[in-house]
This record gives sequence, C-alpha cells and structure tokens, in this order.
Amino acid sequence: MNKKHLMTVLFVYSTLIGATLVFLTPIGIMLAGSFKADDLVLLEASSLRDFFPAEANLQNYRDVFERVPFLRYLFNSILITCAIVTTGLLVNSLAGYAFARLQWRGKNALLLAVIALMIIPLEAIAVPLFYQVTLLGWRDTYLVQIVPFIANAFSIYLFYTFFLGLPRELEEAARIDGAGLWRTFFVIVMPNAKAVFATVAILTFLTQWGAFLWPLMVTYSETVRPLPLGIASFYTLPPLQWGDIFAFGVMMVTPVLLIFLVFQRWFVKGVATTGIKG
Amino acid sequence: MPPDLKKKDNVNAWLFVLPALLGLFCFVLLPFLLAVVLSFTNLRLGSPLPTEFIGFTQYQRIMTDTAFLHALKNNMLFALIVVPLQTGLALMLALLINHPLRGMSLFRTFFFMPVVFPLSLIAVVWTLLFAPGPEGALNRMLEFITLGIWQPRDFLHDPHWALPAITLTSIWQGVGFQMVILLAALQAIPAELYEAASVDGANKRQQLFYITLPQLRNALIFVVLVTTILAFRLFDQVQIMTQGGPLYATTTVMYETVNTAFASQQIAKGAAMTVVFFTIVLFLTLLQRAIMKQEKVIE
Repeated sequence: MNKKHLMTVLFVYSTLIGATLVFLTPIGIMLAGSFKADDLVLLEASSLRDFFPAEANLQNYRDVFERVPFLRYLFNSILITCAIVTTGLLVNSLAGYAFARLQWRGKNALLLAVIALMIIPLEAIAVPLFYQVTLLGWRDTYLVQIVPFIANAFSIYLFYTFFLGLPRELEEAARIDGAGLWRTFFVIVMPNAKAVFATVAILTFLTQWGAFLWPLMVTYSETVRPLPLGIASFYTLPPLQWGDIFAFGVMMVTPVLLIFLVFQRWFVKGVATTGIKG
Repeated sequence: MPPDLKKKDNVNAWLFVLPALLGLFCFVLLPFLLAVVLSFTNLRLGSPLPTEFIGFTQYQRIMTDTAFLHALKNNMLFALIVVPLQTGLALMLALLINHPLRGMSLFRTFFFMPVVFPLSLIAVVWTLLFAPGPEGALNRMLEFITLGIWQPRDFLHDPHWALPAITLTSIWQGVGFQMVILLAALQAIPAELYEAASVDGANKRQQLFYITLPQLRNALIFVVLVTTILAFRLFDQVQIMTQGGPLYATTTVMYETVNTAFASQQIAKGAAMTVVFFTIVLFLTLLQRAIMKQEKVIE
C-alpha cells in the first residue's frame, strides 16, 4: 500500500514537472531573449547550454523605446482598460442590483433579454458595429475603444446572481433607518459585494488588456492604439530583431502578471465562476 | 411601504438599469439586428452605387467563396482537434493537481499563467519557436528527440503544418483556463461520495468512472461548449502568425469576415458572414442547453 502510494506521488510530480517545462519554456525563452543580443535570440533559443544570456544587457529595452512609442501604447492600454473596468463596474452592478432587488415594470422581460444577449460574442457584431462607428465618425479615437464595452450582459448577470444570494436584512435595516436606494447601494451593498466586484473587474481587465480584433479594425494612428497592436506592428517592423520584440513583450505582460500573481485567488475564482453558469 | 415611496423606487430602478440597457441596446442588440439587415443589401463603404436590398445574394456569394469555404472547413478542423485534446489535457491536469500533495497551487499558477498573456504576444513568441531551418527551436528539439531523423521545416509556411502549429499555440495558451474550471468542479464533489465508494470496495479507477466523471458532467459540457465557440472565434493568432496562408490553409471565419468588411470594405458581405458565424454559435449554445436539460430530466 505504501509503495503504491509512493509510486502515485512520483507519477503525479514527474508529470506535473514535465508539464511545467512545456508551459514555462516559451515564457523563459522570451524573458532570456529580451536580455540577449538580437542575433543570438533565435540561435540560442533551442540550446539548453546557452539558454541563459552570457552577457545580459538592457540594450533591447532601450531599443524598444527608441524604435516605437512604447510608452504611448502603454498609456493607451491603461487608459482604455481602466475606463472600461471602472465605468463597467458601476453601470453593470447598478443594473444587476435593480434586477435582483428592485420592483419595476418590465423587469422580467428585460432580464431574459439580457441573458439572451450574453451569447453574442464581439466577433458576431464586429462588422455592423464597425459600420455604426464609421457613421458616427468615431473611428480612430479612445471613445470607440471604450464606450461599446462598458455595458456587458455577462457582468450584469454575475452581479445579478451575486446580489440574489446576498442576505436582505442589512439593506432592509438601512431602508428602515431612512437611507435612500442610492445610499443603501453605495454604503451597504457595495462593501458586502467585494467578491463579485473583484471577479468582474478581473475578467473585464483580462479581456480588454488583450483586445486585438476591435482596435485593429477601428484605429490606425499610433496615438490611440493599445499594446497588442503595438507588438503586432513592431513584430513586422524591419529589421526583425527578436531581442527587441521580446523586451517589448516582457514589458507588455509584466503589469498583467503582477496583478495576476497578487490577486491570483480572485483570478482563479473569477474564471471558475464562468464555469458555474449555464 | 407607502405607495409614493414605491413609485419613487420604480423611477430609481429605471435610473439603475438605464445606462446598462442603453449600452447593450446601442452596442450589442442594434449591431446584431443591423448585421441581419445589412446582409441582405449590397452595402459597400465608399461605393458610388446606391444601397439596396438584394435578397440572399450575399449568402449565395459567400457560399461559393473559396476562401470562406476554406475558412469554415479550417474552423471545424481546428475545433475537432482542439476541443477533445484541450479538454482531455485540462481534465488530466486538473485531476493531477487535485491530489492533496504539496506545491499543487504552484503548478496551478504555472499552467494558468499563459491564460493571462495577451494572445497577440503569445502568437509572436510562438512564431519564433516555429522558426524555419535547423536553428528553429522546435525544429531543433524534434531533431534531438528523433535522433536526427526529423527534417527541419518551415511550419508556418507549410500548408500541412501551419494549422497544426496554430492549434498547438492555442492549446498551450488556453488549457489552463479549462483546467481551472474543471478543478473548481472537482473540488465541489462531496467527499462523502468517495468515502461511501471506498467503503463499498470501489477502486480508484471505478471511483473515477462512476463518481468523478458523472459529477463533472455539466462542467465538462460547459468546457466543451466554450472551447468550441472559442475555436470558431479564432483570429489573433491567424492574423499575426500566418495571415490565413499559405493558400487558405489557416484562414478562419473571423479572418475572412474582417478582411471582407474591413480590408475590402464589403460591409454587406461581411455582415452575411457574421450571421453565419452567429448561427453556428447559437446552434452550439442551444445544443449545450438541450444536453444539460436532458440530464435534469433523468435526475
């Protein structure tokens, strides 16, 4: 029995370590490559012996700033993502609360409509939306990258189900004490709903930080383009210098990775929540 | 509650939902309806011809469009490979991580890490791994494993290898996502079930097939559905790694849609492709609902 247990443990660990190598090698190649001379990146990527840079230097990082407006892309990404996350949290939580708690005419029908809209991915409306914003004259702005993504059916649904499960007593007490609806929401409900706010914030952040298709369609100036478009165009900018590209990549992913490592519990919870619905 | 307060509540409730509903109407429902309407017209940006309704012509056009048919085929092929492979791998990793051993959360972190990477960056990194010639990382690795039998090739420019290369990239990026969902479902299985089973003398394998897998049914259906829909949304990797080539080998429905509507400004034709895309997504979702409902009836 004990020997069998030991075998199981060995099997589990060796498989997991093997899998870890598969998952971490590409990331490691990027990280190591960002400190290597450009002509060595490709050459040494497949070599175990030369994997770690012999003479690590920051030249690639300096090159990125010289060759492309990296800080501009970064600023744009932060601005667009933060704008969507913050306004989205407010707008969608209010709606979720109204669906879960308040009595109003048309509620049930509209709730069904929101749930139905959940299955429409951006890809299914990108073309007509592109036409719409062209008519509005919104192309190549921050606005066009922010406004369409604030209201989100899935976020509303997550808030709605969370608020349904929240005990009513606190809110009722607040109402009896004379607090209005708005006050009750901001002072009583919000502080008790941190979990769902974190989940929605993280899911929105992840989606928007990586957004590629939509910005590609509606923007053409570097001044408003976000990081994913930055790396895609940097990658095609001659001369092809892998060290520079990887330095760009490392700087692009570091903010997300940091947030991920700090709030990991919430990330995992957030993703797992998406699996519970349906 | 006094009636006047109720009335005030009604007004307040509308203020609560109005911004969200307005946003959903303008940027989800309206474009969705617009897609259907536009797909029956000849609208083209910058065209001097007046826009008019032309019936099903756009649909006839895309159904005889070589590129679009290749795209449909590629998406299905991609889904057929990615869905079982990725779900199987995710299940395997989740089962391994679910062992009550030290360091499991660390492995979970490693496997989930690629999920937080922007797809565009992953596509760029893997382009380097797929570099042609003997010095390409993957080529050299395969040469090493096969003891020199492997002939180096240009994965992304080889019609037989380009789609598998994108498939591999996508699985590497996405498997952690499915794994986390399955892991959550695994941990929600009541421990009593296993205790009862081992009292009854069921071995590990029997427990897997008679407890774990049936309990994971809904999570597995969900994972399969999400992965299938994601497979049909495939775009970023294609745009960056292969631009749909070589010879339509990696083009996808989304890639063709965007190219038609955006690069060649044929809004109406792109809208028709959009409608086809949405019909596929809708079909898959309804299929999932039906399968899940069926199970509830059995219970």
